[in-house]
Amino acid sequence: MSETAAPVGAAKARRELQRAVIRFAGDSGDGMQLTGEQFTTESAWAGNDIATLPNFPAEIRAPAGTLFGVSSFQLQFGSQRVYTPGDRLDCLVAMNPAALKVHLRDLKPGGLLIVNTAAFEKRNLDKAGYAQNPLDDPALAERYRLHKVDMTGLTHKAIADLKLDTKEKDRTKNFFALGLVSWIYTRPLEPTLEWIGKKFTKSADIAEANTRVLKAGHAFGETAEFFEEAYTVEPAEMAPGLYRAMTGNRALAWGLLAAAERSKVPLVYGAYPITPASSVLEELAMHKRFRIRTIQAEDEIAAVTAAIGASFGGAIGITCSSGPGIALKGEGIGLAVTAELPLVILNIQRAGPSTGMPTKTEQADLMQALYGRNSESPVVVLAPATPGDCFYVAYEAVRIAAKYMVPVIVLSDGFLANGSEPWLIPDPATLPPIDIQFRTEPEGFFAYLRDPATLSRPWVRPGTPGLEHRIGGIEKQDVTGNISYDPDNHDHMVRTRAEKVRRVAQEIPPTSINGPATGDLLVVGWGGTYGSITAAVERAQAAGKSVASVHLRHLNPLPPDLGHILREYRKVLVPEINSGQLVRVLRAEYLVDAVGFNRVRGLPLASEEILEDINQLLGSKA
Amino acid sequence: MSTQGAGAAAAPTPKYTKKDFESDQDVRWCPGCGDYAILSAVQKSMPDLGIPRENIVFISGIGCSSRFPYYMNTYGFHTIHGRAPAIATGLRVARPDLKVFVVTGDGDGLSIGGNHMLHVLRRNVNLTILLFNNRIYGLTKGQYSPTSELGKVTKSTPMGSADRPVNPLAYALGCGATFVARTVDRNIQHMEEMLKRAAAHRGTGFIEILQNCNVYNDLAWNVIYDKTSKLAYELRLEHGKPLVYGPPDARKAVIMDGVTPKVADVKDVPESALWIHDEKNVNAAKILADLFAPNFPVPIGVLEAIEAPIYEEVMLEQEQRAISDRGAGSIAKLLVSGDTWKIG
Repeated sequence: MSETAAPVGAAKARRELQRAVIRFAGDSGDGMQLTGEQFTTESAWAGNDIATLPNFPAEIRAPAGTLFGVSSFQLQFGSQRVYTPGDRLDCLVAMNPAALKVHLRDLKPGGLLIVNTAAFEKRNLDKAGYAQNPLDDPALAERYRLHKVDMTGLTHKAIADLKLDTKEKDRTKNFFALGLVSWIYTRPLEPTLEWIGKKFTKSADIAEANTRVLKAGHAFGETAEFFEEAYTVEPAEMAPGLYRAMTGNRALAWGLLAAAERSKVPLVYGAYPITPASSVLEELAMHKRFRIRTIQAEDEIAAVTAAIGASFGGAIGITCSSGPGIALKGEGIGLAVTAELPLVILNIQRAGPSTGMPTKTEQADLMQALYGRNSESPVVVLAPATPGDCFYVAYEAVRIAAKYMVPVIVLSDGFLANGSEPWLIPDPATLPPIDIQFRTEPEGFFAYLRDPATLSRPWVRPGTPGLEHRIGGIEKQDVTGNISYDPDNHDHMVRTRAEKVRRVAQEIPPTSINGPATGDLLVVGWGGTYGSITAAVERAQAAGKSVASVHLRHLNPLPPDLGHILREYRKVLVPEINSGQLVRVLRAEYLVDAVGFNRVRGLPLASEEILEDINQLLGSKA
Repeated sequence: MSTQGAGAAAAPTPKYTKKDFESDQDVRWCPGCGDYAILSAVQKSMPDLGIPRENIVFISGIGCSSRFPYYMNTYGFHTIHGRAPAIATGLRVARPDLKVFVVTGDGDGLSIGGNHMLHVLRRNVNLTILLFNNRIYGLTKGQYSPTSELGKVTKSTPMGSADRPVNPLAYALGCGATFVARTVDRNIQHMEEMLKRAAAHRGTGFIEILQNCNVYNDLAWNVIYDKTSKLAYELRLEHGKPLVYGPPDARKAVIMDGVTPKVADVKDVPESALWIHDEKNVNAAKILADLFAPNFPVPIGVLEAIEAPIYEEVMLEQEQRAISDRGAGSIAKLLVSGDTWKIG
């Protein structure tokens, strides 16, 4: 720990960094999510590229001071492209002993460690399982740049005269931490001050308290004698345009709104609350002006079947859940497959099986999406790569579902859902058209008459005279739609439904390859691991390795050029947060000797570990 | 947006006959099944609804009853087991201009789909539910159903069922249904009358149709099929009329003794003590729902018809209010709302 004496108020050295990884950690009641979000907004204002990782317990009010009650928010910001929230921490803010115990192992040696000393008293130490106060151990200060700050005490001092009770005053201490870290990394306070002004319009005292405490934290950094240096992170070179912070779940919701507006067809959204998918429902429920109708259904099955009923009525039916809920929707999805109705199913994947770890991320539902229904039940499967990409994928899901009269599953995950990134706001006019034509002509009408290009059947809105017809879950004769138990017809229909999904391949743009078109190693990923994989691959490339990566957005059907691409590399590596699902698909589809990199910890993949694996694979070349 | 779009159409509704509602599909129920009579009554009552045929949709789940939509020359959707009320709810939310019927049975509607039945009724979605109750699983060939009597011997319960039956009327009322009626497959005229009443109801119209499965549970409702027994037990509910029933020479009345219903000879009951049927009285309906032979009569008719907010109407009213207060949504505006920053 540095105790360099600098004159109070003197300008301190500011060292320029290319990137930094910070984690705020405390009790779930300490406001760490808010602190992290505000720091993210400040960094966005500073023009940095950003990736975030909120991490919180499933319990709403976990007992204070416990290890399992720790909540944290991590972000990486930089003057260069930032692909991930970062593996190891440059700075850890620990608001109590439990937070220190849980998160210290992720702090780099020599990293900045800021602790709230007031919380390190006997009761909290006991709950965290510390026999002695770890702050008294000289080894801690030797290994890290430890700064012991009585945040609680300083917070109270700053607002002593305000008429708030002790609890209310205590609650503002996260803004002390935010002010302090904002000073250390030269963040602008304006966005947070603005936020406080808007948020606490009802209580002037609370607004005043938060403002003062934020500034007190900032001033403390400026004047405290032991902060030996502070940092700047210059704006990143990013495509010019208007940006906003975007989380994956909001992007999904807004992508659906864009599709509703563009298609001019109402959207009916059926959902049952489930972590981490509920915020999509909540977001959509706020936007009734877009004629999106949200049904909070009685269960997961009602959620999907209400959506199917809406599609039968000529609206676009959407349902959303996480893995356990998707399992319950299986039979309903099968009905949409055979009734050949548009349906979009959003799966915000989480760690399982069963309840698993609801607030932790995973991507182990790929096989469920591809095969998790009875019989031959093919659906289109898409996966967004980043929080902002969720917008485009949700939109594309609606477009494909309506064009091909087919269910489309979108595989997002908990990391994308809650994580945010600076997002270049698109011009909605540049989105591809969603051109929906309902059949109104009775002449020559049959319920399963197929479009020769897409194989889709006509979509008829009930209420159209002369087109009264019946459909259902029983196998039907092609073209007429009449019930049929004919063996050859069933075989034909099974193949036709599969072929219809295969034809969606004509919608897939050429696969973009990050790196050389041929080489020693191709890393293939899908979904929320895009950032971790890209960061690792670019580091390997910078080290002169012959490595490229491909990130799949279309998982069924797969891109038509993928087979060719895979054969251009000596080895293929498939990193996934599961035990090896895409890797099986690739091996089965293309007979390539792809190998997996698999970690199933409820966390994003660490790019350092992927890099090690890349190096190992290439090392064995000789 | 009209909620029963039939009336909103510019063109006058054509004059239909029963034949206009018969589809070209062969009816595949067992010969002698009570479903034939129900189908006929439904087709016969359709022209009187005054709704263009293209605005009518029949939704069903799985089971013998659920084949129903295939035989109606309207829009129809034969879906999956138990889920018809949820599918119909989604359809109504998307298309409040359509007249929606749900056809279900005791297994489909009260066992696998019991949860959806609860929620469609409490939401009071504007649609009509026809629940065919034959107290048996027919399509799966004769296992007991949730309305089978305790001790019912079937293929799956060779020593008798161990679970007590659910009463569809009491269940519907308990779920907060706003229209509850009972009718019988052997009384075409009464069925038509009930169908029309239920279809005209604003909100969920729930009808239990006592239906005969002549293959697996023949004469389960013989108490109101058999001429003598029917005369003895059938209690026709009529709004504003006293609860009296039975043969002319032995008329009986249902009256209340404190909070308990009991049967008395009409001649022993002063006129002022007769129970006058009131469809608006939910508490009375709950008592009526539990009456059955042999200790009580079998009530037939409308037990309850009340008004309550309709789910999709409330939802649409909110949508209209959001639009009139703040204008229709614009994605271009939404994308740039809130905190944004410019680069370059």
